[in-house]
Amino acid sequence: MSYPRKHLLAIEGLEPPHIADLLDLAESYALLNRSGKTQRDLLKGRTLINLFFEDSTRTRTSFELAGKRLGADVINMSVSTSSVNKGETLLDTASTLNAMHCDLLVVRHGQSGAPSLLSQKVDAAVINAGDGTHEHPTQALLDALTIRRHKGRLEGLVVAICGDIAHSRVARSNMHLLTTMGSRVRVVGPPTLIPAEAARLGVEVFHDMKAGLAGADVVMMLRLQRERMSGGLVPSAREFFRFYGLDAEKLAHAKPESIVMHPGPMNRGVEIDSAIADHPTRSVIGEQVEMGVACRMAVLDVLSRQLPRNR
Amino acid sequence: MAGILITNARLLDPASGLDAPGALLIRDGLIADCGAGLTAPEGAAVVDAAGACLAPGLIDLRANLGEPGAEHRETIASAAQAAAAGGITTICVLPDTDPALDDPALISFITRRGEATGSVALLPYGAATSGCAGKELAEYGLLREAGAIAFTDGVRAIASARTMRLALSYARAFGAFIMQHPEEPSLASGGAATEGELATRLGLPGITPAAEAMMVARDIALARITGGHVHFAHVSTAAALDLIRTAKSEGLAVTCDTAPPYFDLNETAIGDYRTYAKLSPPLRTEADRQAVVAALADGTIDAIASDHQPRDADDKRLPFAQAEAGGAGLATLLGVTLARVHAGDVPMLTALGLLTARPATLLDLPQGRLAKGAPADLVLFHPDRGWKVEAGKLPGKAQNSPFDGRALEGRVLGTWKAGRRVFGG
Repeated sequence: MSYPRKHLLAIEGLEPPHIADLLDLAESYALLNRSGKTQRDLLKGRTLINLFFEDSTRTRTSFELAGKRLGADVINMSVSTSSVNKGETLLDTASTLNAMHCDLLVVRHGQSGAPSLLSQKVDAAVINAGDGTHEHPTQALLDALTIRRHKGRLEGLVVAICGDIAHSRVARSNMHLLTTMGSRVRVVGPPTLIPAEAARLGVEVFHDMKAGLAGADVVMMLRLQRERMSGGLVPSAREFFRFYGLDAEKLAHAKPESIVMHPGPMNRGVEIDSAIADHPTRSVIGEQVEMGVACRMAVLDVLSRQLPRNR
Repeated sequence: MAGILITNARLLDPASGLDAPGALLIRDGLIADCGAGLTAPEGAAVVDAAGACLAPGLIDLRANLGEPGAEHRETIASAAQAAAAGGITTICVLPDTDPALDDPALISFITRRGEATGSVALLPYGAATSGCAGKELAEYGLLREAGAIAFTDGVRAIASARTMRLALSYARAFGAFIMQHPEEPSLASGGAATEGELATRLGLPGITPAAEAMMVARDIALARITGGHVHFAHVSTAAALDLIRTAKSEGLAVTCDTAPPYFDLNETAIGDYRTYAKLSPPLRTEADRQAVVAALADGTIDAIASDHQPRDADDKRLPFAQAEAGGAGLATLLGVTLARVHAGDVPMLTALGLLTARPATLLDLPQGRLAKGAPADLVLFHPDRGWKVEAGKLPGKAQNSPFDGRALEGRVLGTWKAGRRVFGG
């Protein structure tokens, strides 16, 4: 296993073998999970803290389950984001966590770079569970594993990431991971939702959904935050759905055997039509959730190998 | 008083173009004489410069000193220490304090506090608008009488074109310029870094560099219709510098300054969310940094200012977008400027001129030159002696240096204010 770092803060900077090894390990955890077995001795005596400064049910639960399946003591901490001094709370929390001898710290925060700041102050291995509009590395891992299970590979696949790319940490992590692994990545969305210099990240930019989906092996939809409309980046939900929402007509431009993904939670009728979201063969959204637990087990496993034996 | 003779110096006077070995005699707070072949009058103290450079004390065109209202970040006394250690003998003080310097009494307060330090003259700007709020013009006439050198809202851009037009027009009556923070606020609002590949990778809200050129273009147009003098602060982009260069060649009353971060660092200094490198305007691309260097050398830029913005640990130890912008700059002003001299980008006298004679001309000040009868505000420095910038060990209270960790060549050995030694020795 070649993972070289103490923390998992970002996909950017990881090399293909690091990613491939993590995915292989996650694959084995996926099989273990399906067999109903557990490995509760691996993280026995280790403390995993889920520190969430933003609400999240899916990701927090997924990490909680992953930790428990490996035998860690899991504690969930939710910190109110309404507190005025969010940053102060962050560093105060760091010293509290050190005093608790936390081994693995899973952090979600509304500000880009917050887990990186925290990692400089805590003794624990830090896992970024989503920071601002920066990265969400475990989401990209679970997406890649899901794709690999369906397509047998990542290299050479055409992956279209669609919607609000500018504000999406999921999109950034996926762009980094998939381009690193040799996929041909496209980002599709209105110009107001495409980040500056996106092409410099090694992706192709499309503003027309049909052109962007043409010949795609994978269609990855993103959640459109409601505040993007109040912020004037998109005029209305109905206009967005008409031009950038995934429905059967637009999906017909992708390859017939293409798969549809979404990191959830979905806005049905805004970025994705219900009939597509629930499609029995094309939609792999449920499997993404399953692979999420497996990938997080792999990440916890790998990072725990570099922890001191006893404290 | 018999005076002080500084001998064996390399005299550097950008105003006259002098760069020659010699000595300088200080008497009664003034430069009594300078040149080759001076001998010490009877009873005079002699300082042997051992070949080091002797230049006019630096005039810092823009600094925020924390007082009044942010004394936890910096005080006039602590800033004076940093200034003395940095060879700065005159500081033009920004008015966007709390309260803003929009009242004649506050202008005299700052001036008197400067006199009380005994080491640095403080020349306050008056607020361009009441409370620096961008709406009603401040009392330029009364503020000018009290000692305000010019008018600005500090790091708040005067957003309304109408207000800026009135300010430029009205300030003409009192012979003062309006200094603008050139950034279109509706494009800059909420931004934390220069828009582009790096901001996209870091997931930080970007500010398009066009926000600067756009405001510069607007205000040049307003200077043209009003006949007023507009001065652009901390100019950082090639596009804005091109506009200023063209306006100057047209003969418009347009001037500008920049600050060391914009010719020494580029946006990659924000690296892994390094908040000490979060500035306003934000650090730019390497191409823009090079354009700033070129504009220093070709004279488009009229002054290099420290752009000192003191911040404390609580302001900076935050996720990047939430951290306060601004960098400490007093102690590093000379050293970082000399780095461009050492790199061969800007000649020594040109570089020093941007810190002395040219801001003096801009503000019509008697200091900033080595001439008989000028105030004996002096800096003695070794141009090659190395040191390392270390946040936490800088003189003064503010430690938020964007140059933390940077090795510099050029060390201040002594500073004199009105003939009195205030640093070194």
